[in-house]
Amino acid sequence: MIRTAMVGLGKMGLSHLAIVRAHPDLNLVAGCDATAYLTDILGKYTGLKCYAEFDRMLDSERIEALVVATPSKLHAPMVQKALDRGLHVFCEKPFVLDVADGQRLVELAHRKSLVTQVGYHYRFVGAFKEAARLVRSGALGEIHHVRAEAYGPVVLRRKGATWRSAKNEGGGALYDYACHAIDLVNFIVGTPTSVDGVVRHSVFSRDVDDEVYGTFHFGDGASGQLCVNWSDESFRKMSTKISVWGTKGRLTADRQECQLYLRETHDALPGVGTGWTVRYTTDLSDEVWFYLRGEEYSAQIDYFAESVKTRRLDGENSFASALETDRVVAMMLGAVAERPASAAPAPVARTVWSRLFG
Amino acid sequence: MDRVLFGDNQFFGVNHMSEEKARAQSMRFQELGAIIEVLDAAYEEGIRTFMCTSHDRVADICDHFRAHPEKYPDYRFYPCMPYAHKYANAVTEHGMIEALRMLLPQEGAVAAMLKGGVALATKDIEAIMQLLIDAEMKMFYGLSTPVVFMQNVITDLLLGLRMNDCFRIFHDHVKSRYGAEPAYITMNVPRLLDVLDTLRIDNPIVCANINKIGFRMCGGVTAYEEAIAKRRFRPIAMSVFASGAIAPREAIAYVCGQPRIESIVFGASGRGNIRQTNALIRELSVRPIDS
Repeated sequence: MIRTAMVGLGKMGLSHLAIVRAHPDLNLVAGCDATAYLTDILGKYTGLKCYAEFDRMLDSERIEALVVATPSKLHAPMVQKALDRGLHVFCEKPFVLDVADGQRLVELAHRKSLVTQVGYHYRFVGAFKEAARLVRSGALGEIHHVRAEAYGPVVLRRKGATWRSAKNEGGGALYDYACHAIDLVNFIVGTPTSVDGVVRHSVFSRDVDDEVYGTFHFGDGASGQLCVNWSDESFRKMSTKISVWGTKGRLTADRQECQLYLRETHDALPGVGTGWTVRYTTDLSDEVWFYLRGEEYSAQIDYFAESVKTRRLDGENSFASALETDRVVAMMLGAVAERPASAAPAPVARTVWSRLFG
Repeated sequence: MDRVLFGDNQFFGVNHMSEEKARAQSMRFQELGAIIEVLDAAYEEGIRTFMCTSHDRVADICDHFRAHPEKYPDYRFYPCMPYAHKYANAVTEHGMIEALRMLLPQEGAVAAMLKGGVALATKDIEAIMQLLIDAEMKMFYGLSTPVVFMQNVITDLLLGLRMNDCFRIFHDHVKSRYGAEPAYITMNVPRLLDVLDTLRIDNPIVCANINKIGFRMCGGVTAYEEAIAKRRFRPIAMSVFASGAIAPREAIAYVCGQPRIESIVFGASGRGNIRQTNALIRELSVRPIDS
């Protein structure tokens, strides 16, 4: 059993708490949140040992792993302390608000050989995994365009008092919704090398963006578009979709299904014919040991536990991977004009090519 | 319980297969009339129970049934609470305590307490849960609600958190205040049964995905089949078609092959599908269970 603690017991925190507590290999020894009523209730009704102060919890508890689900601006300092103490860390997304912090933490974790993971749960959704597999197969040919979209009903009127509506605290649709969409782009087609045409507008919020649009450019000449709006009531809940166009076909994936159109068959996809092939979540989802809100939330925690057990340091959604997403966010904020060429991964089409044919 | 229960996902844009289909459905069922038409078709096919979330729009459906008691003399609602996105969106926008303030009734002792900043000072979850249940039940007043469900998001959250007392609070309040049978929707049947056993909640009604391909059946098909065959509870099968992944006859045959499954809940948008599914259940039920 991996002795684990959690800090941050808000909305995502409670969901993680439930999943962590249900995991057979994780022993949740303590939780920490500054909100006393919450920790009091958890203590009283679930017997969870709770702390109000993060440092005190770290000083008092003998733990191997930490789950961080605090507001975004607290990620960097808390993760730093955890890594300093040699803990494996699962951190909610976005990883950090300042790329320099992220770089330091990636290096620290690497130096100490610690397992790291960030909660980009869409990488554990069957349909998006399938999309990534199809793109990597090369069947779509040369990828020339990608579009990532995320819409949902979060801010629907001129009010809002949580950290999600606060500037400089990781609030706004960019850090909340857009991060997921950007991370999916990185996952499925690779990381953009530059960004332009960025529009960040408030629809209802006073201080932060409610809609975010931008154009991505990739090293191999491909382009992409990001369309994010969390003030769209016509969506029942967050809805994320990615479409990829290549010279030999296209695909569109969302949480429920992956639709593929091929102009010609491809050796890497035996049995897949030309025209449309649709696969659904019922077919693409792997069973999880415990279900709450979606297989992906359990799957990512299970993956983290497995990483800790096997000391897998280069797994999915590592700090290094999530930092790529933070870099794109930074580009969108205009803080960084362009990513340094050395940090840019090879474009996907070429990577696949070299993998297949040396 | 009736053998066949009618579900509501199709009315509110919930479709586990396709977001496009979900949107088309929410357009089609925008007007109350379109929903009532389908419920009437189900009624004419002999389906007397509507199992529905406490979605805001269900209040309109309830109004219709209250206004026409003569048309549906033997109609029953099985409320499932709460419609979780209402809560989740409120928490994201306003934070947990403020959301709670908004969702709780504006009058009464606890509301006053919350307003006064005492805010859960006593950590009395029981009082708050009772108020939340009452708030969700409000739309069903005057209608027959013999079974009241806790939605799976809440059941499974509490299950994971090990907040077992909440099941007991729900159970007792639903029984004493509404004279109804408390019931639970879950994606984790074996685990939930273990907890309800420890709480000595005997022979509970549990609604869960039960389908041939094991879609969203945590613990696996075998564990489910074993639990259904051997453990003391009253299973209701939902998602029997696994969102269309299983052919209708095969899907119903699988569920009907397990005689201890008391009821099957399904949703459909047209009379043809309702009739077909209903007929299949009647045909393939080994031993029809009386309500």
